[in-house]
Amino acid sequence: MTMGKRIFAGLATALLLVCGSVGWVAWHRSEQASAVDTAFGAPFKLTDDRDQPITEVALQGHPSLIYFGYTHCPDVCPTTLYDMAGWFKTLGPNAGGLKAYFFSVDPERDSAGIMHSYTSNFTDRITGITGDPVEMQKAIKGWRIYAKKVPTPDGDYTMDHTASVLLIDAKGNFKGTISYGEDTEVALKKIRNLIQ
Amino acid sequence: MSKRVSLLTAFSLACLLCNSAVAEDFTIGTLKISEPYVRAMVPGAPVGGGYMTITNTGTTDDRLVTAGSPRAGTVQIHEMKMDKDVMVMRELANGLTIPAGKTVELKPGGYHVMFMKVAEPFKQGQVIKATLTFEKAGTVAIDFPVGPVAGGTGGHQEIAK
Repeated sequence: MTMGKRIFAGLATALLLVCGSVGWVAWHRSEQASAVDTAFGAPFKLTDDRDQPITEVALQGHPSLIYFGYTHCPDVCPTTLYDMAGWFKTLGPNAGGLKAYFFSVDPERDSAGIMHSYTSNFTDRITGITGDPVEMQKAIKGWRIYAKKVPTPDGDYTMDHTASVLLIDAKGNFKGTISYGEDTEVALKKIRNLIQ
Repeated sequence: MSKRVSLLTAFSLACLLCNSAVAEDFTIGTLKISEPYVRAMVPGAPVGGGYMTITNTGTTDDRLVTAGSPRAGTVQIHEMKMDKDVMVMRELANGLTIPAGKTVELKPGGYHVMFMKVAEPFKQGQVIKATLTFEKAGTVAIDFPVGPVAGGTGGHQEIAK
């Protein structure tokens, strides 16, 4: 190869490297930006089961289990909360700072008092959340939860709702779900992955 | 004579006592209702779920159409199922068919009898009296012992899958 051609080859390679690096940095940055954008949840102003105001700030800085249900639910909700109580018992008192929240998809009927009686029946490590139905819709939509009122002939109603427990990390990112009736060992493994 | 009577009385009483706390089987016509139980109600929740196994040993289909209980304002028959990860619960307005020769299980995660407008929550250890009315077989009185909140009869824990 002649000298000229060598220089040219060198410059071309250098240019390729520079372009490649710039491209990679730009792609990496945009990936980070979209990870922040898709952080789960939404701002909300609700009430906890001690009748105190609670907002999305309460969920920051620690891993969380989030479940949406209601108390007029004879089967799925008691079973899920019972399972959650069992997981906490197994994980022990600290559990990596894990906290659990039971949001009511039926805030019109589920008062703070009812939520407190309900959750404390299982464990004191689940915080019940209810409040203004409009604000609750923000939380429901923010966590991509399905919740629908189904009227019954006698003028009452039941709720169809997502029955999975959401796993959210300390930064508010969605990390997966535990399905209704999931095997206990699988559930614990998912939680241990979340809290480490 | 009197000794025999008193022995018989004692024996009968003993039998009655034996039956009181354990889930029994009930029969009406060709239908057998076995292991009925209700879950202990969660404080704050005004509804309770009842479960049982119904076997139709006869040759004609029947249907569980209504239910009632002095402990509940209303009792309905419900189907619950998972639609992917969404829980869907519906009243079976036409009742629950018990086909001839088949067994239908009402269990957590599936069909249940829903006790609604319950004034005094069911507590584990109680027995809830109720009636089930079948389209053809008629009405039968059932005792539902109250088991744990998690579901299952007192003896073994069953978590719905």
